[in-house]
This record gives sequence, structure tokens and C-alpha cells, in this order.
Amino acid sequence: MNAIAKNQQTWLQALRSDALTQFAAQGFPSPRAEEWRYTNVSAIEKKRFLPVSDAQTAVDVTDILTAYQLKEAWSLVLVDGCFHADLSLLDGLPEAVAVMSMANALDSEAETLQRTLGQAVSAMEHGFVAFNTAHFTDGLFVRIAAKQVLTKPIQVLHIATQADSLTATRTVIIAETMAAVELVETFVGIDNSYLSAAVTEVFVEDNAAVTLTKVQCEADKAYHFGGTYVKQARNARFTHHNFAFGSLLARCDIHSDLEDAAECELNGLYLGAKRQHLDNHTRIHHNKPHGISRELYKGILDDRARGVFQGRVIVAEDAQKTDSTMNNRNLLLSADAEADTKPQLEIYADDVKCGHGVTVGQLDDKSIFYLQSRAIDEETARNMLTFAFANEMVNKINIPALHDLVLAEVLKRFPQQGIEQDLL
Amino acid sequence: MLSIKNLTVSVGDKQILKGINLEIKAGEIHAIMGPNGSGKSTLSHILSGKGGYEVTGGAVTYQGKDLLEMPPEIRAREGVFLAFQYPVEIAGVSNIYLLKAALNSVRKYHGLSEVDAMDFLTLIKEKVRLLEMDEKFLYRAVNEGFSGGEKKRNEILQMAILEPKLCILDETDSGLDIDALKVVSEGVNSLRSPDRAFIMVTHYQRLLDYIKPDYVHVLAHGQIVKSGGAELALELEEKGYSWVEAA
Repeated sequence: MNAIAKNQQTWLQALRSDALTQFAAQGFPSPRAEEWRYTNVSAIEKKRFLPVSDAQTAVDVTDILTAYQLKEAWSLVLVDGCFHADLSLLDGLPEAVAVMSMANALDSEAETLQRTLGQAVSAMEHGFVAFNTAHFTDGLFVRIAAKQVLTKPIQVLHIATQADSLTATRTVIIAETMAAVELVETFVGIDNSYLSAAVTEVFVEDNAAVTLTKVQCEADKAYHFGGTYVKQARNARFTHHNFAFGSLLARCDIHSDLEDAAECELNGLYLGAKRQHLDNHTRIHHNKPHGISRELYKGILDDRARGVFQGRVIVAEDAQKTDSTMNNRNLLLSADAEADTKPQLEIYADDVKCGHGVTVGQLDDKSIFYLQSRAIDEETARNMLTFAFANEMVNKINIPALHDLVLAEVLKRFPQQGIEQDLL
Repeated sequence: MLSIKNLTVSVGDKQILKGINLEIKAGEIHAIMGPNGSGKSTLSHILSGKGGYEVTGGAVTYQGKDLLEMPPEIRAREGVFLAFQYPVEIAGVSNIYLLKAALNSVRKYHGLSEVDAMDFLTLIKEKVRLLEMDEKFLYRAVNEGFSGGEKKRNEILQMAILEPKLCILDETDSGLDIDALKVVSEGVNSLRSPDRAFIMVTHYQRLLDYIKPDYVHVLAHGQIVKSGGAELALELEEKGYSWVEAA
């Protein structure tokens, strides 16, 4: 974790030192905290995860790149928390666009980072943010100049290769006034137990648009703690697709603060099996009038998996005419699977339109019979309906290569019988 | 083709069908009419294999086989088709996907290979035109957000693709305006053939103006109280169900 050691800026040292103090004081979150009540992270304290040292052998990541590096995209690859220029594809970027590793950005974009890093989320948020701020080694920095509309998406591909490793990465994305960009964060790992802690801050300036897709396909034994914290200025649009597929235990926080007439769309799909624990925590804060938020999270839980959804929508007193909906739908495929869902609306304005809905259930008998009456056997009908439940979220992805990547990940986790791939 | 003998069916403690007898031959169209609560829909559900009913007596033989022993998908593969009164909306499954899966499932059962992609498209486009549907419907989720008329056309489209032997139309006319009724009826009429039979379950005579039945049966209180030719439907329209219920 030496990539950033050369960055001796005092502001960064102060930020890290404050975060370290904060982390020393609070540690990792405990289930006693309301926002962590369904997720116990004490298991990670019993393990010894260590930062990757230079002495560890490099692992061939060619197969991972083949499977997860998007075609028709600019991509930046981080292996065990550090940028690898040789694996990354950053040729042909427009001049008005800065895409580089966080380590490089701390040198060449120091001024920008000084006013943004830690501004969308503070180390006070919880132990993982404090830990990340104190220890992050690298990450992605993106700045899209005003009025620039990127024609290709930007991907950051996080690859964990070492057993018992610990990586902390930080990403800062800035879309200046009227800029538009699509970004993809992909997390994958070689079959090991490791811990990955990633914090992303997104600044969407006036009238800018950012779409960010997170594809979390960490290894089965991995621990993943990710947070995306967004500041949306006037008329800014932010869309997030959150695919939580991997990890033994994963927690993902998505928070957005909205100014006047900003629009926020949060989509999520979590697929849990075996003993996976997948926690998604969202917070949409409408600070100013005329904001719109749309949220739909779906979960499919099998075996003894547990899914958690905590969604908070806060409408400040000043945020009149806010229009907000939040929905969480869970499909339980086994009697031992569990879904904990807690939508919360906190409304301080009096002229708003806000709704929320939650379902936890099994497949609908009427739908199964309908398919059976169309010659499809019950097992295939169940597979089709389960897949369809997930596919609604996959179909929200507009980037063809990304759609196919996520679809392949979903199919990997489903029985194939009855899935007509050529028609998807 | 279909022989129903003294069929009795209950839901919980309540007996819904109280001894139904019906013989249907290939090529025939039978209309089953009756007031609400007479057991019309129960009969179509029982024939298609919907759960939640208990057959307490009697037998149903379809092409020499015990129909009631078959799971719903086997009935479908054997050629029984139910056009639903309330077609189910299935989010995330496109119409064309369902049609292809259903057709292949039937073909596989009969030892045929999967349908060729180009042949399938040709077939489906022809049927879509027949039902005056927009091709866009093929790529929309099954019945999701469809109007009442679109849902019913979609049922007939599925029927046209699967080419069943015994077609059961459960209240197909309900919720249809006159134009949609004509299109749906033309679709059904185009499927009439000497080796295919139809059971049309309906409350009103209106549908029978467009699809002329060979036989009309009146169901009341779980029994067939009167049978006759197409003229019986007209008589019913005139005199109302109280006429036969009292009988």
C-alpha cells in the first residue's frame, strides 16, 4: 500500500489522521447501531486480513479480464487495491476528461481532490468509511468537464487475488455542469477469503447526468463493504444499478443528497444462496423542492441466505413537491432463507407525493399454473418465473456489453432448464 | 374426444359440480352457458388441471386416457388448451419467449425437434396478422399492461400457435368490445377443424352470434339442466336463466 505514500499533502495527512482517530474510537459497526441491526460483522475481526505486500506472487488475471473487462469501454484495472496500467485500457480519452488512478490523481488533481475527497461522506458515517479514508491505497478518479458527453462507459475493475488480503480503495467521480457519463464498478476475486472495502464519492453538478452500475461478484468466501455517496446539484440526474451477487457477507450503502429538482433512481438486485448474507442500505435525502426519486430493490434468496434491505427516504421541510417511490420485493426460494426489509419514510414537508411498498413471498401459484397450462412443466415454470423476477432488473441496463455481462452472472446462479438464452 | 361421466367436484366442504355428464366429439363446438355461480368456470378449471379443487366422484376421459390423472402441463401437451377468463400477467417473460418455450415443450413431448428459429418467426407473424395484433406485443412481457381485449387476443394467439385438439374458452367474450369480439371470433373460427373440438363457457349469448355452436348446454347449480342446439342460446337470451333454473 505504498502507491500513495509519496503523496505528502498535508490536507490528506490530516484527513487520514482524523479518520484513523475516528476508527480507533468507534471500530467496525456493531448490530447495536440501528443501521447495522441485521448485519453482524464481528466475523471479520476474528480473521487476520492484511494488506497485500510487494513480496506476494503475482497471479495471472487473464481469465478474469476476459470475463469481466468490458469491450467498448475505457477501463482501469486495480489488482489487490493497486492500479495496473498495463492491464487498463485508457487510450483515446477526450482531452476534457480526466480518468486516472487515485494514486496519480493525488498528484495531478490534488486541488480538485482537496475539495471533494471526504465531502460526500465523512469518516463519521461508520467504521468502514473511517477505515477506508485512513487506509485507502488507490482507486479511480474521473472528472468530466462541463458539457462533455462520453460516448463509451468507464469501468473500474477491482480484482482480488490474494488470500486473507485486505484492500481499501477510494473512487471520486465528478461530472461537471451538463456533463454525462456512464460508469461501471466491477468487483471480482479469485476463490479466497479476503476483505474488500471500497468507498465511492460521486459529485453530479448542475444538469449533469451520471449512471453508475456496481457489479459485485466477489469470491464466495469474501467480505465486501462498499459505499457509494452522491451529491446531486440542481437538476442533476443520478442512476445507480446495484448488483450484489458474490461474497459470504456483503454490505452496500448507497446514499444520495438531492438539491432542487434533482432526480435519483436506485435499482438493486441481490441474489443470495448457501449462507450468503447480502445487506443493502440506501438513503435518499431530498433537501430541496421538486426532487424525484425512484427506487426498486429486488432480492432472491435460496438455501440459508439472508437478504437485508434498509431504505430511508428523507424529505426535508424545504423539499416541497418531492415525488418519491421506494419498493423492495423479495422472493424466498427456501424455507430457511430470510429477508429483512425496512423501508423508512421521514417526511418534514407537507406537499409531497411519497410511497413505499414491500413484499416478501414465494412464487405466485397463479403464474405457475398459467405456464403449466401452456405445456411448461412446474420446475421449468418456477425457473422461468424466478429468472424473470431477476431479469426485470438486468433489463434496466442500457449498455449492451454490460447487460450481457450481468446477464451471464445471473444465469450462472440459476438452474438453466427452461431458459431460452437466444430470446433474452 | 372428451367424455365426462357423473363428475362431482368440491371446494372445501362446498360441492360445486354435482354430477356432470358430457360427450364431445372431434369437430364439435359445445357452448356451456349458465348464470354466475353455476360452476362454469370450475368445469373449465377442472378440465385444465388447476389446483384447489377436489374431484369427489366421476371420471373424465380424453382421447381414451384418464384426464384427471394428468398434471396440467401433460394435458397441454396432449392438446388441451384453456383460454383463461383472466389471463395472468407475467413480468419479465416476453410473449415470444413463452410462445417458443410452450411450442417446443409440446413438440418435445411428441418426439419432434425444437422449432427452427426462422420457421417460428414466420409462423408467429402469420398468426399475429390473423389476430390483428401489433408485432410489438411479441416482445412485451406476457399480458403485462395489456388491455382486456389485448389479453384475450393473446390467449387466442397462443392457441393458434399451439394448435390444440380440445380448446376451452372460459368467458372469452367478457371484457371485449364489439370489434375485439369480432377479431377474436374470427381467430377462433379459423381454427375450426374436423379434428378439433371447442368448449365455450359463456354467460351471454353474444359470443355465439360469431361462433356458432353445435350444442348448447345450460349449467345451473352444478348440473347440466338443459341441452339443445344453437337455438337454445337464443331462447335463453329471451327468457333468462330463471326459465331453466326453475326447471
